[in-house]
Amino acid sequence: MSIQIDRLTKRFGSFTALNEVSLTIPTGQLAAVLGPSGSGKTTLLRIIAGLEMPDEGQLFLHGVDATPLSARDRQVGFVFQHYALFRHMTVFENVAFGLRVQPRRSRPSEEEIRGRVKELLRLVELEDYASRMPSQLSGGQRQRVALARALAVRPKVLLLDEPFGALDARVRRDLRAWLRRLHEELKITSVFVTHDQEEALEVADQVVVMNAGRVEQVGTPEEVYHKPATPFVYQFLGSVNRLRLRVRGRYAHLGTLALPLPNGLAREEGTAIALTRPHLLDVSREANGEGHFRARVRHVNAAGPLVKLDLVAEWGDPVHVELPRERYHELALAPEMVGCVRPKEPGALLLQPPDEEHNAPAEMYYI
Amino acid sequence: MPRGFCGHGSAPPPAVQPRTPLTRIIHQNNEKKSYCQAWHGFVGIAPENTLPPGACSGNGVSPDKRLLFLKYSGEYFGLNERRFALPSRRLRRGVLPGFGPALGLSLFYLCLLVLLPLSTIFLRSSTMGWQAFWEAVTAPRVIASYRLSLLASLGAALINAFFGFLVAWVLVRYRFPGRDIVDALVDLPFALPTAVAGIALTAIYGPEGWLGRPLAHLGVQAVFNPLGILIALTFIGLPFAVRTVQPVLEGLDKAEEETAASLGASRWQTFRRVILPPVLPAVLTGFALAFARALGEYGSVVFISGNMPMRTEVAPLLIMTKLEQFDTEGATAIAVVLLGLSFALLLAINLLQARQQRLAGQ
Amino acid sequence: MNATKTKTLPDGVTEDPPWIRRLLIATALLFLVLFLFVPLAAIFKEAFSNGLAEYWWALSDPDALAAIRLTLLATVIAVPLNLIFGIAASWAIANFEFRGKSVLVSLIDLPLAVSPVIAGMVFVLLFGTNGLLGAWLEAHHLKIIFATPGIVLATAFVTFPFVARELIPVMQARGSEEEEAALVLGASGWQMFWRVTLPNIRWGLLYGTILCCARAMGEFGAVSVVSGHIRGLTNTMTLHVEILYNEYNFAAAFAVASLLTLLALVTLAAKSLLARRSGRAGQDSEELA
Repeated sequence: MSIQIDRLTKRFGSFTALNEVSLTIPTGQLAAVLGPSGSGKTTLLRIIAGLEMPDEGQLFLHGVDATPLSARDRQVGFVFQHYALFRHMTVFENVAFGLRVQPRRSRPSEEEIRGRVKELLRLVELEDYASRMPSQLSGGQRQRVALARALAVRPKVLLLDEPFGALDARVRRDLRAWLRRLHEELKITSVFVTHDQEEALEVADQVVVMNAGRVEQVGTPEEVYHKPATPFVYQFLGSVNRLRLRVRGRYAHLGTLALPLPNGLAREEGTAIALTRPHLLDVSREANGEGHFRARVRHVNAAGPLVKLDLVAEWGDPVHVELPRERYHELALAPEMVGCVRPKEPGALLLQPPDEEHNAPAEMYYI
Repeated sequence: MPRGFCGHGSAPPPAVQPRTPLTRIIHQNNEKKSYCQAWHGFVGIAPENTLPPGACSGNGVSPDKRLLFLKYSGEYFGLNERRFALPSRRLRRGVLPGFGPALGLSLFYLCLLVLLPLSTIFLRSSTMGWQAFWEAVTAPRVIASYRLSLLASLGAALINAFFGFLVAWVLVRYRFPGRDIVDALVDLPFALPTAVAGIALTAIYGPEGWLGRPLAHLGVQAVFNPLGILIALTFIGLPFAVRTVQPVLEGLDKAEEETAASLGASRWQTFRRVILPPVLPAVLTGFALAFARALGEYGSVVFISGNMPMRTEVAPLLIMTKLEQFDTEGATAIAVVLLGLSFALLLAINLLQARQQRLAGQ
Repeated sequence: MNATKTKTLPDGVTEDPPWIRRLLIATALLFLVLFLFVPLAAIFKEAFSNGLAEYWWALSDPDALAAIRLTLLATVIAVPLNLIFGIAASWAIANFEFRGKSVLVSLIDLPLAVSPVIAGMVFVLLFGTNGLLGAWLEAHHLKIIFATPGIVLATAFVTFPFVARELIPVMQARGSEEEEAALVLGASGWQMFWRVTLPNIRWGLLYGTILCCARAMGEFGAVSVVSGHIRGLTNTMTLHVEILYNEYNFAAAFAVASLLTLLALVTLAAKSLLARRSGRAGQDSEELA
């Protein structure tokens, strides 16, 4: 069942949570809605579920206008961030709930219910926990029960609100992989909301980046990471360096680098901010005749697949560089040594127009 | 300017007041998100690992619940404070069913049982005519009863405010054998019928009673005396004074006291400057509640006071006497004045409690 | 009053010196003994002052039994009404935002601010012979004042807020996520209420009901005004106690009073139990990172 959202708007008093949001999620996809707190992602999810009503706009589930339907009638499964398991019921009762409250005509028999619950508990690997109470389970187990409960009524769409937000890192990683495998098996159209970019990029087929009630970009994980559409997306996903440039005429100056500015950005005098990724910068001991800026090494973190360097540029800003281990060993850099930093390739810096807000959508100027 | 390591703000947001345990806010189910959206800034809470500048985001609870980030006027900055206060409005109407019927039923029952009957008092007194009303409420006996009621209630409320705080302090901070039993029994005056309290107190403080006899030796008479009224009113007001202060004492953050101690304050200074200020509004509320309760008290006073006009007749007793004498007009007039006082007190109490809740960030 | 368990702050550098602790504990305990334990002991001492046989005789006296019956009748009518109101009001207040909500909450507290004598009086003004509806009632031969209906009404008025005041914080603290989950899973409004909401608030509900019952049975001032003080007919237990006391029949008066005291103690025990259970429930809902 596909989900189509058309110019959805939701206000809470004077605060606009969603501002003309339009989105399509094809059938069978696992989409992640990613964004900071207050970006409206949870509100969007709750509107899809029918737990909130939009002020404007429409929602279509598989082509049918679902906006006026109540949460009961949408055949949507919802997994809450804090599980919302029924505290006074056993695990079995929790999972069976959706089946038990069906109208008498369509309600399955007790035997069928039992069978289905067992099947689901096996799916989430909790068959031996059927008679436990939620308070006796760990966070990860509770989340799996919540998932089984949502799946019991065979929803056409599965919605998860920061499903792993309340768990610790290890459990989160395991459950992430498990969710991915589950999705491969069940192929239900799923949307999950998260603020954790690693999670979104790892698990989803499609990533929707939201900010302040608007969609910033929709794309595959590679697309949003390597080809961000707005400065916000650039800064939100992955780590970022902010470098101050001096603008004079048609060139922006960074140390001894002179970077040609795109048309329309030429100015008499001024400063500008450029963003770049740590792995797009290279460090060397000598200038070698190429444009560079100088920076002093403050800290070296060699624990990991890449070596992370903390440097301070000649004008005082912090700079973060990630080097492959071989390159680092070639350089033999140590703290307090000065290196020459340059972008590895043209177009590695994203120039921010100076008089606009950080996160306003802008044309992306790569220099 | 709050400390932080992410970004830089020009001024702290106006709504930040370091008073509330953050943990309490976080743990209320879905309230956390509502608070994020309710405020004109955005509150994000991030894990303790450093985030690169400008990319502050996150929504989750750090293991030690210490870090939060604010976006204000386009800038992000981080707070290392564990505590802040947010406006308490839940903005979601929600799609839960039953609002109409529930509210309708409540309002109907409220009007029928409470508002309608109460309005008859004002209706009746308005038919009296101003002259008759004024005479009824300014008769010397009536004035005496007001005075006695007010003074006795005030006295009892003051005693309860002081001892209530003491009892709450001892219950919250110290451990001693039988503490749980004592804690449960504090509510006894609230659960016990007033008539039972009345005859019990009269028996104890009467000339032959356990406490009346030693008092008589000292030349003090406790029954048929304003003193007896004071004792009875203290009895029934005790739970109010204790139970308003207790939760506030429990909610105090030990870290504040530890900070004061590490900065060199003596126990007394810590008490006066760190512990007392947040608790004082609660003590005041408890005082007001005990006062209001005592003003209208009848059952526990009628036995111990002896009901002597001009001497030990409190206002509710006088109303009862007038009713028995079929002087409905007079009784109504006195009741109007008493109600007016009670309502004014109730209003004050609600304002106090609203202020207290706002400070506590609930 | 709300049933929450008293927590103690652990000691540390914030400890008070032992002599202060002992002094404060002693003072507080002395005050409490004086004002709580002594009256409690006195009630039972006086009740049994003439022996067990007299105690039993006082309780099985026909007038006493009639008083007990009337008290129970008034309670059995007034409390369920207030219970339904309490559930409805707390549902509306805890789960929705609407204009005038704080006014409604204050209005619910109104009966607490009204002196019981005045509470009884308003019904006399309404239904008494010279009251607003007095003539109409006379014409239809209906008696409310000086009869059972008046007692029921006065009892209901005075105990009006108790269930609501107990349930509102309980519901507010829970949040509505479980209800939302039930809705998305396909439950109807009633199914959601019976299967999810009620089981979760049952302890607060139970305690509110017990409290409401205790206060209903113990009401004195209000019923004193509306009752005709007719022995065996329009006397509740508290009024019966008053009559016995005024006749200097102290032992019997305290005997009946002891019954009411036992009820009060049961209420207190219920509160402790609830506090312990809600304390445990509070721990369950803590999400440990």
